[in-house]
Amino acid sequence: MGKTLFDKVWDAHVVDAIENGPQVLYIDKHLIHEVTSPQAFNELKERDIPVFRPDQIVATADHNTPTINQHLPIKDLLSKNQLEQLSDNCKKNNITLYELGHKYNGIVHVMAPELGFTQPGMTIVCGDSHTSTHGAFGTIAFGIGTSQVAQVFASQCLLLSKPKSLRVTINGKLRAGVLPKDVILYIISKLGTNSGTGYFCEYAGDVFKNMSMEGRMTICNMSIEMGARGGMIAPDQTTFDYVEGREYAPKGEAFDKKVAYWKTLPTDVDATFDKEYFFDAEDIEPMITYGTNPGMGIKITENIPNINDASFEKSLEYMDFKKGESLINKPINFVFIGSCTNSRIEDFRVAADYIKGKQKAQNVTAWLVPGSKQVESQIIDEGLKDIFVNAGFELRQPGCSACLAMNDDKIPQGEYCVSTSNRNFEGRQGQGSRTILASPLVAAAVAIEGKIIDITKQLN
Amino acid sequence: MRFLLKREMTMEKFTTLSSTAIPLDIENVDTDQIIPARFLKATDREGFGNNVFRDWRFDKNGNENPDFILNNKTYSGNILVAGNNFGCGSSREHAAWALTDYGFKVIVSSFFADIFKGNALNNGLLPVQVPADFLKVLLSEIKNKPDTQLIVNLELQTISIKGTSFKASFDIDAYKKTCMINGYDDIDYLLSKKQTIEAFEAKKTY
Repeated sequence: MGKTLFDKVWDAHVVDAIENGPQVLYIDKHLIHEVTSPQAFNELKERDIPVFRPDQIVATADHNTPTINQHLPIKDLLSKNQLEQLSDNCKKNNITLYELGHKYNGIVHVMAPELGFTQPGMTIVCGDSHTSTHGAFGTIAFGIGTSQVAQVFASQCLLLSKPKSLRVTINGKLRAGVLPKDVILYIISKLGTNSGTGYFCEYAGDVFKNMSMEGRMTICNMSIEMGARGGMIAPDQTTFDYVEGREYAPKGEAFDKKVAYWKTLPTDVDATFDKEYFFDAEDIEPMITYGTNPGMGIKITENIPNINDASFEKSLEYMDFKKGESLINKPINFVFIGSCTNSRIEDFRVAADYIKGKQKAQNVTAWLVPGSKQVESQIIDEGLKDIFVNAGFELRQPGCSACLAMNDDKIPQGEYCVSTSNRNFEGRQGQGSRTILASPLVAAAVAIEGKIIDITKQLN
Repeated sequence: MRFLLKREMTMEKFTTLSSTAIPLDIENVDTDQIIPARFLKATDREGFGNNVFRDWRFDKNGNENPDFILNNKTYSGNILVAGNNFGCGSSREHAAWALTDYGFKVIVSSFFADIFKGNALNNGLLPVQVPADFLKVLLSEIKNKPDTQLIVNLELQTISIKGTSFKASFDIDAYKKTCMINGYDDIDYLLSKKQTIEAFEAKKTY
């Protein structure tokens, strides 16, 4: 029987196995940031265990960094302390850190692929659930807890039971204005927030084959929002072209040798999956969410469903929405374009393309937060910054920002924010804030109109 | 506040537990609710129990929300019984630290998110997954009779209501079960495999 992409990468990384128990899985790259690493460093220190493979660790500061005046000292003392601990821990353990202000600093899931750290066929972990992003390269990449961060520090391995396999296939051609974000919100709205729990998901079919690497990263990023530890897309020429020439990618003959191996990774024709789902590209339209988990999504033209369930009702009460109502024309005062889901250059190109020549609505505060210093430079070099500034948008500096509101970028209590991030949980963007997830195109349109509009009318 | 247990760095041993329980009848409880992001600036593992379910327990001015179950003095115990898909979302282990710091030793649900489940097990917090029907009865029993005693037996992998025949068995990975019963964690095992890991690195084919 044939093997899946996931099987091939997993099996190549199994070091050992415990009888009737988990396997010892080798980890190629370990990404760390300031929030989930300090306790792991402390644990190693207390137990007098050295970091085993510092060369395979990449560190960045992103979750807790300010997105304005990054050159000034950080005002929040707890944040400052956390960032200083990261610097100190990296220095003591010979780990390369792309700290605040570094030309390669950025959100871990944006800067690592950008620098060529992320390559097909690897295993990559990080103390962050959106590590699934890197699966876009045909990589087994998943989020881990801090105890596991310590385990990888100590041994470059993890004890894991092999997850089950799931495949989502979408064939056909996407309609105009339907972006990767809409595709993944559509999938999650159909499958629910826990359908992927216990599984690794492969995305297959025309839609993903024809998608850019940036789009594939948006898709794989949100795999965790349907419960899947990770998502994967088979590496192909699009992948190889993206990786080639990046700073830490293999060069010359070494690169060609890698490509020959990467070409063997796609799922065999006769491989089978534990679960399979099929959708048609034509059925997907621009999406928005109305509730407090990413599975509560609808086409922007649809009404909120009528479901009699206590948790569903609690969610609508939090959002101050009613069953059966349409969200079109709802006034919106905050728009956030950013996060590890949608802060790559393509996302800002889409937004700029829509915004060009228009003016932001008076009532809207619109934050544009690039995923990395490199994306920020691209925005400036391509002239997008001028478009944004002329339209009244604020281009801020890179970081996780209002996606999780650990820094000062918080949405006020009771306010709606149309956001390109990944989670609409209660209070995710600030205490009492109400998040509506959408694509960068929908977010840009809402910022211009000051309310939710039926974008499909403009697209047709 | 009920700080029944302070977690040590090493795992606490777990065999059986008999306790009353707190019924949290909400589905899809995400780790942002268990411990909001603004409390993740701490760099040690202690004290997160103060802020467990912060925004459900307190309003913006720090006043207790009397409607939230953890503020209802009728219910107490080391066991939290929660709705389907508990612990979804962020990988923050702070969620497991907050729950153990508050005093919970067992979480019962009909479904757990993967990362949370692993984090719980790595902190001596036992996730007990039961069938949806069983959970429904359990929640209504506890709500109606707050002094209902639950018995969780890790050795036998069972959860029951004391003095009744109402019982369910639960699954746990055999390795993790041994770890929980003996208080082992994964690092010691992985360190014992150093030579095998180095041999693997030398022979890597990819």
